[in-house]
Amino acid sequence: MSAGALEGALALPEEKYRVCPDTGLRVYAKAETLIKANAVVAVVFLAVGGLFGLLVALTRWPAVHLLPAEWFYTVLTAHGAAVLLFWVIFFEMAILYFASAVLLNCRLATPKFAWFGFILMVVGSLMATVAVLQGESSVMFTSYVPMKAAPHFYLGLILFAVGALVGCIVFFGTLVIAKEEKTYEGSVPLVTFGAITAAIIAVFTIASGAIILVPTFLWSVGYISNIDTLTYKLVWWAMGHSSQQINVSAHVAVWYAIAALVLGAKPLSEKVSRTAFLLYILFLQLASAHHLLAEPGISSEWKVFNTSYAIYLAVLGSMIHGMSLPGAIEAAQRRRGFNKGIFGWLRQAPWGNPAFSGMFMSLVLFGFLGGISGVVLGTEQINLLMHNTLYVPGHFHATVVAGTTLAFMAITYLVIPLIFRREVIWPAVARWQPYIFGIGVAGISLFMMGAGTLGVARRHWDITFSDSIFTFDYPGTAFLMMGLNGISAILAAIGGLMYVVVVVGSILFGKVRDEAAVKANPIVAPGGAVSAYGSEGTLKLPGTIVLVSVFFMAFVLYYFINWKFLSEVWPLS
Amino acid sequence: MAIQPVKGLWWNEPLHRMELIWIFIAFLWGVVMFSAMIYWHIAGQQNLSNEAYRIDPEVFAAKAEAMTEQYQIGEEGDTGVPVVHPPPGSDVYMIARLWEWWPVLEFEKGQSYRLHLSSMDWQHGFSLQPVNINVQVHPNYDLVLTITPDEAGEYTVVCNEFCGIGHHTMVGKIRVVEKQ
Repeated sequence: MSAGALEGALALPEEKYRVCPDTGLRVYAKAETLIKANAVVAVVFLAVGGLFGLLVALTRWPAVHLLPAEWFYTVLTAHGAAVLLFWVIFFEMAILYFASAVLLNCRLATPKFAWFGFILMVVGSLMATVAVLQGESSVMFTSYVPMKAAPHFYLGLILFAVGALVGCIVFFGTLVIAKEEKTYEGSVPLVTFGAITAAIIAVFTIASGAIILVPTFLWSVGYISNIDTLTYKLVWWAMGHSSQQINVSAHVAVWYAIAALVLGAKPLSEKVSRTAFLLYILFLQLASAHHLLAEPGISSEWKVFNTSYAIYLAVLGSMIHGMSLPGAIEAAQRRRGFNKGIFGWLRQAPWGNPAFSGMFMSLVLFGFLGGISGVVLGTEQINLLMHNTLYVPGHFHATVVAGTTLAFMAITYLVIPLIFRREVIWPAVARWQPYIFGIGVAGISLFMMGAGTLGVARRHWDITFSDSIFTFDYPGTAFLMMGLNGISAILAAIGGLMYVVVVVGSILFGKVRDEAAVKANPIVAPGGAVSAYGSEGTLKLPGTIVLVSVFFMAFVLYYFINWKFLSEVWPLS
Repeated sequence: MAIQPVKGLWWNEPLHRMELIWIFIAFLWGVVMFSAMIYWHIAGQQNLSNEAYRIDPEVFAAKAEAMTEQYQIGEEGDTGVPVVHPPPGSDVYMIARLWEWWPVLEFEKGQSYRLHLSSMDWQHGFSLQPVNINVQVHPNYDLVLTITPDEAGEYTVVCNEFCGIGHHTMVGKIRVVEKQ
């Protein structure tokens, strides 16, 4: 970028930046350091939380039954906190700073305030983790009252949430600065738009969290005598479920970012993709209801309206992205000349590039496993068949692990060269990593859903009931499912370990990415970054039509099968 | 490029026909799924009751004990959990507490019962196996389900809401016998 010197003179004197040789974007040092810090802490929590997850799966494998009961419930609580909260949200802070400061060519607003938020998050996450590992706070991720955790468990979560809120404020501030200082022209990039969606939902999420966690903390130290169990669930899930919608918005933005960087893919239509994000902002928050379908004292009218996001309007948003993304990839591939047959573009996609393969698997697994199971599970009456069974973790491992985590892993392979300025070490390990992790997670999700369909309870140490006064045997198939789940978890753990090793190794020992490396090993698709915006509307996309048709048929079929299952249980009203 | 700012009037651009069709289909499918839930309330047999009351755990326990005293037909298990055969159509109570479902209930096939569920302490999960009916049980709330067992046999109530260290030992029984 030739105007670099001039722009440097215009920036505030203390703000150092470099021009990225890959993308031509200005990267400010302070933003970059914060992105690195958040990403590193995220990966640490992924490593620790992933290990906890493996221990959980090996305990639930009846033939192995690794941990004693007390440890099992402690480790299960720690697993949820470390990965579902800390790994994803630290990584999302990195994404917010990237999508604002880097993509908009802008300095970060109030870097010191951002560091303050970061420190709050680190202190809070450590405090909550310690509280859990001390053993007095094995209350599960949900910490349903009147089960009580140690006060510093709630306090840690509150500090963590306040830190995340600070991150969101810095993100919004950066948007204002970018607009004010005219660091970009036109509308913000689609990826930034997705990040804005995530940040808006995050503010709602954190507000809900404050409304419920602050009184719960006061209750745990004795200042409040009683918390209503239903109210707790309603408000807690306005945080708990909405935080998963932050993940959805963030990982959809990551999908678009990877497709753009690796293939130069443009959305089929900016209008459609942005409207889909808008639907998330407007309707996803209603999903607290998904967790209240089997509760007493809530009317069916309320349940039906809220559980369906008002006539499935947020699902509509996801289905739009589910067409728009493969469509954008197909269009980009065809433009590059991969035109053979219906699926030539897909066959000749860069499957050896872990950023692409991870993104595409994340897209497929999130849609087919996570999306369809989520809608079925969230159907008011069908929920009766699945509430609190292993079907529930089966579903959300498809969304949060196969979807969010895999997408975040995939973009890491671009973050290492672009932000950490290092070459990825051990390319062969990196190449296989998304496949091994993806197949493992797909197995975890499918087999837990299978066991859940057979009635197996979630969060349960002993499904043989050996210490109970009454005996009961789940069907033999359920035990098979738990074994296969254990094997899949080992596979996923190997994939996770490969990821951690490659990331840590590359950051510490990777070759520094200099100009020569940029030429020899380009990260950004040739012609991609420089191509101007334009609608892809003129291309024919038969492959995408086939893909979404298969998806739709699977969705309809599986949906009605579950109504059939429901019709076979005892009549109740 | 999704990572670059967008110039021009992108909101005025025409939509790809494929996108329009897909959005239309997806929206219509949403309407179908929304209507399915309402339809099931009208024509379906399995709907979770909206009937629930606030209740003190002691009051609920007293009702369950009164029912047990009146209709007990035996005992089961090492700890002698009473087995209760309440008359069809009556109000039937099952207590959830750390870590048992109390008492054992015996129903007649094809008869309806008003089953009351409430917890004495923490939240519990009523998971009836192998039928696979799963509902949440709260303290201070009395959930009333009208159930009609349609097959005779022994059924198990597993707790599927985590309730502490003895959670996995919390198992109860419901028996369904032929009409008497």
